[in-house]
Amino acid sequence: MAAISGTPGTTKAAAGAAPRRRPVRPGSSLTRATKQRLAADLGLLVVMGAFVLPLVWLIFASVDTDPSMKVAPPSSLTLDNFSRVLTDEITFTPMINSLLLCGSATLMTVTAASLAAYPLSRYKARFSRPYLLTILFSTCLPITAVMVPVYGLFVQVNLIDTMHGTSFFLATSQLPFAVWLMKNFMDGVPVALEEAAWTDGASWFQALTKVILPLMGPGFAVVTVYSFIQMWGNFFVPFMLLISPEQLPASVSIFTFFGNLGSIAFGELAAFSILYSTPVLLLYILIAKRLGGGFTLGGAVKG
Amino acid sequence: MSATDIAVPVAKGPGGGRSSKNQGRRGNQARAWRWLPIAPATVLLLLFLAGPIAYCAYIAFTDMQLTGQAEASFVGFDNFTKAFGDENFRNSVILTLVFTLISSILGQNTLGLVLASLMARSTKTIRSATGAVVISAWVLPEIVAGFLLYTFFSKEGTLNEILAWLHLPSQNWLFTLPIIAVSFANVWRGTAFSMLVYSAALSEIPKEVTESAEVDGAGSWQRLWHITLPMIRRSIGTNLMLNTLQTLSVFGLIWAMTRGGPGNRSQTLPIFMYDQAFNKSLIGYGTAVALLLLVVGALFSVVYLRLMREEV
Repeated sequence: MAAISGTPGTTKAAAGAAPRRRPVRPGSSLTRATKQRLAADLGLLVVMGAFVLPLVWLIFASVDTDPSMKVAPPSSLTLDNFSRVLTDEITFTPMINSLLLCGSATLMTVTAASLAAYPLSRYKARFSRPYLLTILFSTCLPITAVMVPVYGLFVQVNLIDTMHGTSFFLATSQLPFAVWLMKNFMDGVPVALEEAAWTDGASWFQALTKVILPLMGPGFAVVTVYSFIQMWGNFFVPFMLLISPEQLPASVSIFTFFGNLGSIAFGELAAFSILYSTPVLLLYILIAKRLGGGFTLGGAVKG
Repeated sequence: MSATDIAVPVAKGPGGGRSSKNQGRRGNQARAWRWLPIAPATVLLLLFLAGPIAYCAYIAFTDMQLTGQAEASFVGFDNFTKAFGDENFRNSVILTLVFTLISSILGQNTLGLVLASLMARSTKTIRSATGAVVISAWVLPEIVAGFLLYTFFSKEGTLNEILAWLHLPSQNWLFTLPIIAVSFANVWRGTAFSMLVYSAALSEIPKEVTESAEVDGAGSWQRLWHITLPMIRRSIGTNLMLNTLQTLSVFGLIWAMTRGGPGNRSQTLPIFMYDQAFNKSLIGYGTAVALLLLVVGALFSVVYLRLMREEV
């Protein structure tokens, strides 16, 4: 009886504050918890609805024969948009350019970062703290702001409009964060495991490549994939440093056919956007498990 | 943490055992050599990051132009005095502040915190679905996001369709309120980061703390204000800092949606800098604006470093 008479009071309290609620009543706290959960679910559904609309448009427009700018189910389904953009000029060349550009830059970033992370994680020297602070400082600098002087410098040293020059710059722009992440992941590998390798006469390089990097495999993958995703989506750097149309990566080529045409072929643009975005979405799923849960990105954003 | 504690005493490394026997110069040399691996990263950073920054600081004080005059001459602070007297520059500063305030501080940060706390209480399926959608918006390439939100806000776009359905007045958002439209676009694109940061932070609050507050009769607002927010204040600081820095350098999103227009009504500082340097061919002036942007970024970074001090 007492439990029943207690229930209405608790329900009222759940709406506002809960001044005299006793937490020991399982029945009443369950209703309260359920209410809270339903409210939270409702809130999330509203936000998700708002966030999902542009994505739904993208998918609908890509398979619509005559897409408009608003979200609407396709009048009739077609794959023509995809087959029209799957040509050398529109899709394959820009995608291969993106792959070459971001692939080589990622390779440079990851190599330089894992080499640099090793002494920073293992040895102690007077300059290692200032060095790390400088690295952390440069992760925050707005890269956008240096692009005008970089353009000027690249013109003077003849690196402008070259794939290797651009990939050097892309690699450097991701390097501070990669070093920082890599060092933090490497700190997690116990030194004891390396000592065995040293006793067997291994050099630091062998210890790094045969012992440490395999042990920090997931962390290494996170750094690699994260750098690659960042570069793949980067628009401003190739937009500034590459000029010849045949060298442009997908991030810039998509813009040329979006920006310059009077009437935009939305279906084709949507189809191309999907083709261009899929690799990074898949790669993200690959590392999501690692990033999820804590998402500390190796301590970059600890609270 | 514990890893660093272990690493410190064994700071000798592979060559350490040998060098400790014959001390003196050979030991010092061995110790210097083992720092060699940081060379590639350092060289890249010096050449492609420190170099351009130094060059930036130099051209900002010259009258260099894109048209390729024989040589640029040193003009002192002319570019900066010109900037502060330039109405278009002041317009960009205000727009940048509006953009940062709405999209980073109010939008991404608050919405991220709201999403994270709702997610802590919601049903698992809804939580994962929302997470997937919000994160997809974040992982999508910047230019695709810009293009999607361009159609969303455009005159015949989805937003106006919804407003018409709700019997609310519609308008051409990209024309009437371009800076608001790009700010919301940036919220759409960037909220996932704050959401992830806050989800992690909230999950670290011990259950007992909130429970005992509940027993003591604290309402949900009181708990938020007196317990949750103080306990995650470092995450809030870090997140605000990173969001703001990220927002300050947004270029592609705005470029794809409005190109800074109509006129200069969504021309934030990065767009203004680009416009001056390349469309108006005033590299010196554009670089001076870039330098100001860098200095603001550097100030924020220093604050961020202070927040992160314990991590290094």
